[in-house]
Amino acid sequence: MTTEAISPGLSAGTLSGPRGPKPKTVTIGRIGVYAFLIISAVFFLMPLWVMIVTSLKTMPEIREGHLFNWPALLTFDPWLKAWDTACTGRDCNGLKPGFWNSVKITALSVPVSIVIAMINGYALSFWKYKGSELLFGILIFGAFVPFQVVIYPLIIGLSKVGLFATLPGIVVVHTIFGMPILTLLYRNFFASLPIELFKAGRVDGAGFWGIFFRIMLPMSVPITIVAIILQVTGIWNDFLFGTVFAGRENMPMTVQLNNIVTTTTGTREYNVNMAATILTAAVPLVVYFISGKWFVRGIAAGAVKG
Amino acid sequence: MTTSVSIKDLSLNFGNVKVLESLDLEVAQGEFIVLLGPSGCGKSTLLNCIAGLLDVSDGQIFISGKNVTWDEPKDRGIGMVFQSYALYPQMTVEKNLSFGLRVARMPKAEVDARVKRASEILQIEPLLQRKPVELSGGQRQRVAIGRALVRDVDVFLFDEPLSNLDAKLRNDLRIEIKRLHARLKNTMIYVTHDQIEAMTLADRIAIMKNGVIQQLADPHTIYNRPVNLFVAGFIGSPSMNFIKGDLSGTTLSVDGQANIPLGNYQFANQTNGASILGIRPEHIAVGEEARKMPVQMESEIEIVEPMGADTVAWTKIAGQSLTFRAAAEVHLEPGQKVLIGFDPGRGSVFNAASGNRI
Ligand SMILES: Nc1ncnc2c1ncn2[C@@H]1O[C@H](COP(=O)(O)OP(=O)(O)O)[C@@H](O)[C@H]1O
Ligand SMILES: [Mg+2]
Repeated sequence: MTTEAISPGLSAGTLSGPRGPKPKTVTIGRIGVYAFLIISAVFFLMPLWVMIVTSLKTMPEIREGHLFNWPALLTFDPWLKAWDTACTGRDCNGLKPGFWNSVKITALSVPVSIVIAMINGYALSFWKYKGSELLFGILIFGAFVPFQVVIYPLIIGLSKVGLFATLPGIVVVHTIFGMPILTLLYRNFFASLPIELFKAGRVDGAGFWGIFFRIMLPMSVPITIVAIILQVTGIWNDFLFGTVFAGRENMPMTVQLNNIVTTTTGTREYNVNMAATILTAAVPLVVYFISGKWFVRGIAAGAVKG
Repeated sequence: MTTSVSIKDLSLNFGNVKVLESLDLEVAQGEFIVLLGPSGCGKSTLLNCIAGLLDVSDGQIFISGKNVTWDEPKDRGIGMVFQSYALYPQMTVEKNLSFGLRVARMPKAEVDARVKRASEILQIEPLLQRKPVELSGGQRQRVAIGRALVRDVDVFLFDEPLSNLDAKLRNDLRIEIKRLHARLKNTMIYVTHDQIEAMTLADRIAIMKNGVIQQLADPHTIYNRPVNLFVAGFIGSPSMNFIKGDLSGTTLSVDGQANIPLGNYQFANQTNGASILGIRPEHIAVGEEARKMPVQMESEIEIVEPMGADTVAWTKIAGQSLTFRAAAEVHLEPGQKVLIGFDPGRGSVFNAASGNRI
């Protein structure tokens, strides 16, 4: 009572007026943003929906033409056929062999390319020598060379050493083409680490490999997860190198998918084609779903030091 | 005294940028040398050369009598502590400490004994199983010192080890480093740009500018008898007053407005002509005290900065600005006329052209 009488202005100012967190209001702008996001999501999910329902329909139902409808008669036969018995030219083994070929190619190419890029990036960051910056420049330039330009020389080269159309051959090709971007990734990661860490390692008596294996490698886990995701999806999705360099025996899943879809004998089995496509895309999708969190975390960890 | 580290005619270039040129430095066994200088003057570069982390362009480095110019860092008998701690982030404190010993394949029992001793000395035993991220800045730097300690080396190299710490921790750890040196009696070469660290820790300070050692002397000499204007201005806070004038005999005439008799200044190399008298703010007396001084003059206070322990006041004499330090009890306020006085014998006189002490 008395304080109010003495300074009414002050007490009014401290008790009324804005205080605490500002209330959230729904603005027109915000509604617009959400509307846009929802429409975009629907737009991009539509084809996936069509693929899924089509792959679960029988051919007569597909011919009726109701593209978006849930199948009246649910069938999983197209999936089995796509996996096991669909024909690519003469062979009728489905996608199965292609899947295992892709697994082999990916399982070999990913570790080989990452290990080499990691050592490259490490050497280029910490063991600079005369011309190492130039070498790095050339390597990065390699990322901008169109693939088509080098394919023919590479075919000749690989044939000469007997690696053309072999499993090691396709692994070498994936390793070469992954090198610029992966080296850049690792070099920038190592360059972001404090140089004193390297100096401390040298004072402690560790050499090139000692520092690499005992200090740098344990720190590279987040960036390596990023590299694995890049390489697994990139190599699994590859079509061009697989067609050209893998050879008949090692055709990856993408090439086999193409052969199934474009095969000209008989009627086009849309349900089988859809199932085959989803099966082929499943691996990168699964990788994204499992590792999305890791991917973001890896990029963030690469950005902060120590 | 035997020599511990000896640097002879050392040069280092980055491309065609000369960072160090024909540098010589002799460090005695057990001596604490501080390399002090502004940022970018080549202190870290010199330390990295001693450590073997940089290949020298020319010259030689001897450690404990052995020419180590071409030796690997691990073979030089040095331990190094970095400003950014540089602890291996994936290893526990214990593994960090023992890393160098494990690389050298030392027997486990010996490794454990050394880690135990170092962690006792630095009081980091409770932290041994932690990772570096779980430590505070001060604890991290202790571990980094421990890593040099376990290697049982002759020479410790410190590159601004306290610069990343806050003021209080910096003071605490500074005392600890001093204690460590008193206990271990190793040779220590310590780089800093902080003059307090240099003055408090060093047996001798090497003041560097542009890759050249300007003066190498004990802190007392550096403070009281700086060899040139750079050293005089770099050491001391607030920095030394410089009064420009014309010297003839033992009289400095300041713009014809005042004549300062330098009667009791001990000239080493008296040269007439444009000269600069340097007087430290703490050597200027005010009020009654000033009456006892050989040189006295009236002046008007412009600005007063109370520091708590004492007060720094800004004034002008003969048109040139002057700061002095007075006891906190002395009442000073802007506009006040006071008598100030000083003894030129405690000052320094420099030739204006060369910048050198005369
Ligand atoms: N790796 C390097 N390449 C080129 N110049 C460098 C390199 N390291 C240091 N310098 C230059 O050498 C000079 C001295 O650097 P430094 O020894 O780090 O100074 P300080 O430790 O005294 O601050 C600086 O001018 C710096 O720019
Ligand atoms: Mg430095």
